[in-house]
Amino acid sequence: MADMTDTRAIPTAATPRRRRLRWGAIADHAVLIAGAFVMMAPLLMLLQMSTVPDAEILKSGPSLRIGDQFGPNLEKAMFGSMSFSGENTGLSMFRNSLILGLGFALGKIVISMMAAYAIVYFRLRFATLAFWLIFTTLLLPLEVRILPSYEVTQKLGLLNSYGGLIIPLIASATATFFFRQYFMSVPEELVEAARIDGAGPVKFFIDILVPLSKTMIAAIFIIMFVYGWNQYLWPTMIVTDEGKMTLVQGIRQITQGLEGNHIPEFGRSNLLAILAVLPPVLVVIFFQSWFVKGLTESDK
Amino acid sequence: MDKVMDKVMGNVRLQGVTKTYPNGTLAVHPTSIDIADGELIVLVGPSGCGKSTLLRMVAGLEEITGGTVTIGGRAVNDLDPAERDIAMVFQNYALYPHMTVYKNMAYGLKNRGKPKAEIDEKVRAAAEMLNLTDYLDRKPSQLSGGQRQRVAMGRAIVREPALFLFDEPLSNLDAKLRNQMRVEIRALQRRIGVTSIYVTHDQVEAMTMADRIVVLNGGRIEQIGTPAEIYRQPASTFVASFMGAPPMNLVPADYSGNGSVRVCGTELPLGRSADYRGAVSLGVRPEDVDLATGAGDGPALPFDLHLVEELGAHRLLHGKVHAHPFVVNVHNATALSEGRMYLRVAPGNLHMFAPDSGRRI
Ligand SMILES: Nc1ncnc2c1ncn2[C@@H]1O[C@H](COP(=O)(O)OP(=O)(O)O)[C@@H](O)[C@H]1O
Ligand SMILES: [Mg+2]
Repeated sequence: MADMTDTRAIPTAATPRRRRLRWGAIADHAVLIAGAFVMMAPLLMLLQMSTVPDAEILKSGPSLRIGDQFGPNLEKAMFGSMSFSGENTGLSMFRNSLILGLGFALGKIVISMMAAYAIVYFRLRFATLAFWLIFTTLLLPLEVRILPSYEVTQKLGLLNSYGGLIIPLIASATATFFFRQYFMSVPEELVEAARIDGAGPVKFFIDILVPLSKTMIAAIFIIMFVYGWNQYLWPTMIVTDEGKMTLVQGIRQITQGLEGNHIPEFGRSNLLAILAVLPPVLVVIFFQSWFVKGLTESDK
Repeated sequence: MDKVMDKVMGNVRLQGVTKTYPNGTLAVHPTSIDIADGELIVLVGPSGCGKSTLLRMVAGLEEITGGTVTIGGRAVNDLDPAERDIAMVFQNYALYPHMTVYKNMAYGLKNRGKPKAEIDEKVRAAAEMLNLTDYLDRKPSQLSGGQRQRVAMGRAIVREPALFLFDEPLSNLDAKLRNQMRVEIRALQRRIGVTSIYVTHDQVEAMTMADRIVVLNGGRIEQIGTPAEIYRQPASTFVASFMGAPPMNLVPADYSGNGSVRVCGTELPLGRSADYRGAVSLGVRPEDVDLATGAGDGPALPFDLHLVEELGAHRLLHGKVHAHPFVVNVHNATALSEGRMYLRVAPGNLHMFAPDSGRRI
């Protein structure tokens, strides 16, 4: 009997503190859920509107009804085209955006890692100067140099090509800077151990430095993919061929679909808008878990 | 287990090796050392005396300004570290954080293009020897400090080099583990018989591990000798006070060539004669004295006790001899008295040094 009361006494003593904690947790979650709802609601509305006939939206606006038009709308969005040539379907624009986003992110990572590697690990005479030169390009974003960049691209015959979309934007002072800082924090002894182990400059880069930098690579990939995906001005300058247009450029067409003199095509436009937001969200979600895992596991 | 290494001849010779850093720092004055095959040489000295620089020149990680380094009869000045047939263990282990223990050990062999089966055999043999077999699939971050140290050793062993280089490999470990690893490294080195150069600033490590010790000071060699020679016959006041804790007592004295040395009026018999006249520094190890509570017969130094430090088996008595600080190390059963006591020193335990150069007389 005595130990029964004992075992009961312990939880009751602990309860008040636990209950207070729980209230705090509920409040936290309420705030988070409210925030998430505010962020998600427009997207959910878009989704809802894409499931009902366009005429119904014109009459009664967004509602809670889930209709049966999702399939046809999706087909229109992916394979139909609103343009003259009929070449910029949702699917082709999605593909072009993906190529731009990936090429942009991967290209920047490769180029800036190699630049940072050269600056940090080789006794170049003007390494510091080179680094600061790269760094000052931060003061010259694309918008400032867009005319000369366009001219060069045009003279190279890269208009209306993926190369023209990606290559002129591929140098990255930001990424070079981050990789440089990261490489400088890699212990000198690691380089020396690798030298004794017979790893030359290329081997060291591929076998040691790249795997060590994977969290950094993931972080830069997230930033650069989203940045590349969302490019608007540059693709608009470079691409006139409708088959090479990106989704973000296509947004103009999306709104055009709403301005027609017949019933605006809400469903298809809404799906295209969702398509334009989705990949960056997925990239962030996917790489974030990776990023956190890398951060907690690695120790240099 | 003895077959883990097919031994390579690893006698090492440093001839007039010097180092001047690009910023003008003269880190190593011309230095010559001959290291026999299988010998473990410890470079010891205070921080900044050039130990690492000397070691790194042998490793090929630092350019040699002057002189020649020969490993196994081959001049290596112009060879890359990977071509010098050496392996090195670093202070911070320098393990590749993203590779498993197995891959860490195998990496050097893989780069040398060794066949997979041979690599596997060597890595497993080394892991066995170092008790790492259960950890081969772990990453370095999942190991304790001592285990990481062993992996670093393993990485060196599988290479079967002619020469092992250690740069303060134990200074990141706690005291207990350090003592344990010290013994392990020494035993391992004996067993595989690889010539080794071991850098430390810890005189206990130097004394316990070395076949021979090289004492460095300010980029110069102060003395080369076995631990016993270094301890019993220090070549200079620097060696006398650097090696041994507490350090050798040094008091000013006079030598007039009559077979005894005079310390503030007390004549102590020297038992030998030296080609020297004038002021000297007289050195006496703290444990080399007989302590008596009464003056007794014969010459003795008066000792005024100020402080007793208990070390367990021993006691350190801090006091003064004629106003000069003096430490005596006695067994804890030795009788003490308040105030003045008397010290007798056997003639063989008196060391004389020139006061200006610090060299032994
Ligand atoms: N890269 C360098 N450039 C200039 N001076 C250096 C460099 N590395 C070491 N030194 C100097 O050389 C001397 C010896 O250094 P080091 O060999 O590291 O000493 P230890 O290992 O004995 O502590 C020190 O005075 C140090 O400041
Ligand atoms: Mg050092």
